[in-house]
Amino acid sequence: MANESDFKTNVKPTWCPGCGNFGIWSAVQKALAELGRKPYEVAFAFDIGCCGNGANWHNGYVFHSLHGRSLPVAYGIKLTNPRLTVIADAGDGAAYGEGTNHFLGACRGNIDIVYIVHNNHSYSLTKGQASPTTAQGRKTVSTPDGLIERPLNSLQLAITAGATFVAQGYSDDIQHLKELIKQAINHRGFALIDVIQPCVIFNDPDIRQQYQKMIYKLDSGYQPNDKIKAYRKAGETKKLPIGVIYQEKTPTYSDHLKYLKGNGVANQVVKKRSIKKLLSQFR
Amino acid sequence: MKTDRVLTWKIGGLAGGGQKAAGLIFTKACARAGLFTFDSSEYPSLIRGGLVTYRVSVSSDPVNAIYKDTQLLIALTAEALDYCLPDVTADGVVLYDSDKFKPTPAQIKGRKFYALPLEALAKSAGIKSIAANVIITGACAALLDFDFKILTTVVTESFAEKGKEVVAMNLKALQFGFDYAQNNFQVKDFGYKLKPIEDHKKPNFFIVTANDTLALAAVAAGCNYLVSYPMTPASSILHSLADWAEEVGMIVKQPEDEIGAIHMALGGSFAGARAMTATSGGGFALMVEALTLAAMTETPLVIVESQRPAPATGLPTWTEQGDLSFVAHAGHGDFLRIVLAPGDPEESFYLTAQAFNLAEKWQVPVFILLDKYISEAHKSIIDLDESKITVDRGKMLTNQQLAKLSKFLRYQLTKDGVSPRSVPGQPNGLHIANSDEHDEYGFTIEGFNPQMRNLMMEKRAAKFDGIIEDLPEPELIGPAQAKITLIGWGSVKGPIVEALKQLPDVNYLHVMAPWPLSESFMRAKIKGVKKLIAIENNQSGQFANLLREATGIEVDERLTKYDGAQFFPEEIIDNVNKFL
Repeated sequence: MANESDFKTNVKPTWCPGCGNFGIWSAVQKALAELGRKPYEVAFAFDIGCCGNGANWHNGYVFHSLHGRSLPVAYGIKLTNPRLTVIADAGDGAAYGEGTNHFLGACRGNIDIVYIVHNNHSYSLTKGQASPTTAQGRKTVSTPDGLIERPLNSLQLAITAGATFVAQGYSDDIQHLKELIKQAINHRGFALIDVIQPCVIFNDPDIRQQYQKMIYKLDSGYQPNDKIKAYRKAGETKKLPIGVIYQEKTPTYSDHLKYLKGNGVANQVVKKRSIKKLLSQFR
Repeated sequence: MKTDRVLTWKIGGLAGGGQKAAGLIFTKACARAGLFTFDSSEYPSLIRGGLVTYRVSVSSDPVNAIYKDTQLLIALTAEALDYCLPDVTADGVVLYDSDKFKPTPAQIKGRKFYALPLEALAKSAGIKSIAANVIITGACAALLDFDFKILTTVVTESFAEKGKEVVAMNLKALQFGFDYAQNNFQVKDFGYKLKPIEDHKKPNFFIVTANDTLALAAVAAGCNYLVSYPMTPASSILHSLADWAEEVGMIVKQPEDEIGAIHMALGGSFAGARAMTATSGGGFALMVEALTLAAMTETPLVIVESQRPAPATGLPTWTEQGDLSFVAHAGHGDFLRIVLAPGDPEESFYLTAQAFNLAEKWQVPVFILLDKYISEAHKSIIDLDESKITVDRGKMLTNQQLAKLSKFLRYQLTKDGVSPRSVPGQPNGLHIANSDEHDEYGFTIEGFNPQMRNLMMEKRAAKFDGIIEDLPEPELIGPAQAKITLIGWGSVKGPIVEALKQLPDVNYLHVMAPWPLSESFMRAKIKGVKKLIAIENNQSGQFANLLREATGIEVDERLTKYDGAQFFPEEIIDNVNKFL
């Protein structure tokens, strides 16, 4: 039985003190330990950015990909070895800017992976430029007169694109987030957890107080199985619901590959194959 | 009449007119008769309409290219006649659809024309107009004195899936066309006849493209994972493997875009799959950043790039060898990659199988560079030798080997530059495949550790010598000594091999691995060469440029072609003769 610290390497995190990434990291470790996973059964795919640097202190099989590309790497890992627990991490810029087409593809394909989006509404590692989730009108180094575009609602986008598990979490509520991650891992299909995450450098100085007032937990009265209601819930921006907003049961991408009988190809011995039969069709 | 000289048959008309079906029937019938064939189609980038041609060169000797000189042309439209007529030889014959158009007196002058009023003929015989192309096949059979039994078998097989009625109608069309030509054309005057090879000498052909044999090689070599976004002329690889996936136990995924394709392929390779992606130049352009990711993380990958004329959308359904310098240099930073360039379907088979071994042994990206011409041209081949295929996964460690190690280091510094490999799910094999520069475990380093940066750069570069030793050697075709040595790569092989039949003082050095190049190796190969001429299907002579860059060897002349078509043997003969 693995414990929480087994999912940590000896590398010291380089995140700023007070960064929301610490809460997410902690919730991931707890969730994996509580589910009884061993580090070698877990594959992480990391993006570029502050969260991506976490590649170095998450213990497991880790692929630190390029900007916007943690998701297709994770997709490839899970597709070829469905026995692994696969978690992709990305920031809001990567997930909803550079990597949007992969996001839509993963939602549509219902590949059984967990996608944790570290959403601090900012390109923080590159010094605070506007991201696809930055509020309209916000002044940043790249938008000194205020951002012209409207923010993307990623939860609604995920529901529209066919995601089967759509949740919102808060990095400061580690216990709640841990439970969300466990549910996401146990969910068979593509699971998005968009995690609201304070950036202590580029968000407002009182960002935690702001979030404290806005965030509320979805209670047991909320049923996440109605797509229209979920879409409305996902549209709330003055108050921010955390919890599972939408969930449905439908076969995963791998379920459709019946001939593989739940096995992948990556965990099989590679052998020479005879082509006699295939070749005969070219007479 | 002997059939050892090449006959070229060509049909041209509007897309949707059945030229491809007629061409394939002709090719298959020739193959059944024991005759060698090479065929190629020209078509525009649209689904219906526009000019489509299909050309087949046939001989009792092996044919490695399509010839320009055409002896039997079937023109279904005036546009087709305008485009194809210049290639018809003085002893050639033109059949034309006289229900659609009339040739001009200038066009008819000096050549034999026969009218085939296709619509009227079909109507009078009670044949649906969709079978008009089989009337043509029948007429051609009469002119060529072709074995009617063989043709009947091939037509029957070709339409078998569509049911008995369709077969019967097409057989009727075949007979009708044959009889019509016998009665209305001077069939005896046509100097080209296709006699079948005697049964005991008859080869048993497969009719394949280089894309077909590439897909077959992927299966043979144990490739179990293809991610590919459709793009002409690579798409048929995706189609074949998608069709065979279940039977052979492969995963074939069409992703959201080419960037997704290569990252998904890399994810699978990292997880332990034998992975491949296939695209054309524009699609590969989108993959370039991830090529560097493959290099940095030393994740094996086979990338098929079937070229077409560029830049941008270029001539999307035509051919060119214009991406060699692109794939050899693509990506930011210094890193190794291997480029293999098959020249025909047979080489495509063996080099593809080798590509998987090279990728996994050296943990580098390996390209298979094809082009529209050989990706889609059908060649009749005798066999593919499966016994030559081996599977070598390189330094992949077993669970037992990993358990014995005190510490597993995925990027361990080694003399040959190759480090041991583990895959997710294996205990004791944890590591980071890191796009950041990293240490032996995979942890990110910064420039504050310049020693490790140098060691890792040098480790990856150290693979060069071993790779060079493993690459297929250039093949010398033709006499050992010659006045002129041609040097080329990839698909120019076929037309050159045909041209050499008429150039006794010329030989050809066929380069199957155009990148990376070793100076000492290439200098040894061209020792004693009197005059070195590069032949390339691109504008600048990209291989000649790479050869100069890597080895300092300067070719004496460059013969290049970049109009969208491949070389014809006749063009090579004419151009090389100027230097003799």
